Amino acid sequence: MNEPGHEQQSAPGKPGEVETTGHVWDGDLREYNNPLPRWWLWSFYATVVFSLIYWLLYPAWPIAGTYTKGIAWINYEVEGESQRSHWNSRALLVRDMQTGDAAVRQREFLQVIAEADHDTVLSDTDMLAFVNSYARGIFGDFCAACHQTGGAGIIGLYPNLADDNWHWGGTIQAIEQTITRGRMGYMPPYRETFDDQQADAVAAYVLSLAGHEGGDPEQVSLGGSIFQGYEGGCYACHGREGLGLKSQGAPNLTNDIWQNIDVTGAQSHAERQALVRDLILRGVQREMPAFGDRLSPAEIRVLATYVHQLGGGL
Amino acid sequence: MKHEIIETNAGLLIALTLVVISIGGLVEIVPLFYIDDTVEEVEGVRPYTPLELRGRDLYVREGCYTCHSQMIRPFRDEMLRYGHYSLAAESMYDHPFQWGSKRTGPDLARVGGKYSNDWHVRHLIDPRAVVPESIMPGYPWLARRDLRYDDIERRMRALRIAGVPYSLTEEEFAANVERFGEETARQLDIARARENLEAQARRGNYDGDPSRITEMDAMVAYLQMLGTLVDFTRYDEGYFVEFR
Repeated sequence: MNEPGHEQQSAPGKPGEVETTGHVWDGDLREYNNPLPRWWLWSFYATVVFSLIYWLLYPAWPIAGTYTKGIAWINYEVEGESQRSHWNSRALLVRDMQTGDAAVRQREFLQVIAEADHDTVLSDTDMLAFVNSYARGIFGDFCAACHQTGGAGIIGLYPNLADDNWHWGGTIQAIEQTITRGRMGYMPPYRETFDDQQADAVAAYVLSLAGHEGGDPEQVSLGGSIFQGYEGGCYACHGREGLGLKSQGAPNLTNDIWQNIDVTGAQSHAERQALVRDLILRGVQREMPAFGDRLSPAEIRVLATYVHQLGGGL
Repeated sequence: MKHEIIETNAGLLIALTLVVISIGGLVEIVPLFYIDDTVEEVEGVRPYTPLELRGRDLYVREGCYTCHSQMIRPFRDEMLRYGHYSLAAESMYDHPFQWGSKRTGPDLARVGGKYSNDWHVRHLIDPRAVVPESIMPGYPWLARRDLRYDDIERRMRALRIAGVPYSLTEEEFAANVERFGEETARQLDIARARENLEAQARRGNYDGDPSRITEMDAMVAYLQMLGTLVDFTRYDEGYFVEFR
């Protein structure tokens, strides 16, 4: 402490005013040595006390291959047997899922709905209120990515769930099956099978089934014979009358509801015919993933009930 | 040591400052490397296949982690939405891990299998084509660009140095067969990386275009396996608690 510029405690010119550390740089730079504010000091001591208690209660200090686990504990159950674990967020979650108020109420509702038959659920306002609020969350996360938030789908990509027209069936059972196992929608492309004339004819016939007038009668009748005959074989899935076949996911062609092409948005008959013809030539291949591994049967029932209600129908 | 010596010596001051401020990090991070229970014992976790690995690299390149986390925390609301909480074991082969810390978009730790390949392709090209309310930017070039994988062996070798069990030698291959089974061990064999990558892209046809292997193939292959390796039905709800 005998370097040049080093002085005793206080700065010259301000004797006794504020204590300094005694270091002086560049001739006149000094450092005050004020005591720490009281509130700060006590806050600091409080954090020290807090951490001591914390270390005692919760997992804290690493020791070799393990760590101090703390004396706070959590009780939970595994397969009916009571377990006790030191405090940790995983045990906390298990306990929360088992005994937390919201989780218990939710589980009770799910259980009742899983055991009730579909009509009971639909006629019970309490259950229905639960279905609608619980399913909205699942629908938003799992279904809305494709079927859109309101279930309207996207023409050409993902089916509309908000109407009463169903490819694979609109009963709650059928929807449950769709969600659990997923669906593979397939119509073969007829690019190799039909020439332009044939494709045009079948398109004209299909449009006439849906009640669109203005097609060339000759085309319609040729189209009908291809549709009903061995050449097209369309009847195998869509049925003789074009009413569709739910077990194959084959849509009803007579109701003028179009999922794959925007027929009703087209301006003229020629435009409509072109849309249908192109669809016949390129075929349809769509996949809905299976959710049986991700959602519990009770959740799937809740979701199916919700989806059914979006549009109703069978 | 006198304070004055430190205060008048900038180099020493910097060095000692670094030591002091790193203690906080070191005491929190270092023990995790030697505490026995950090990584859970669980069946099914394996390193990425070559195609998935390239997809992961693209995920990093495009900065997906800036908006998407891959870390489901052990809370009830997260469990209901995303599925089982993430395990340390599930990212044991990630270098670097993609846990992230910000969710502008949803967590992706278990996005695998949730949506169809076709949806992912459409969504990555133009998110608002399928999710009108989305604010995610589009990544249309993934579908246009051919996947570069002439350096796939080098990428795997680099990860091998970091401890990922990609095999170079017969012994390492045999060890992988023992550990992961024959089928997976083949995927981890660096010598077969190229043929494996091409075969998986052909078989999976992730981007819907079988004629070539695009970046989209790799990206979708990666997204579709995220969080799918562990079969949680095999473990009771108390099992993973025991590792904490």
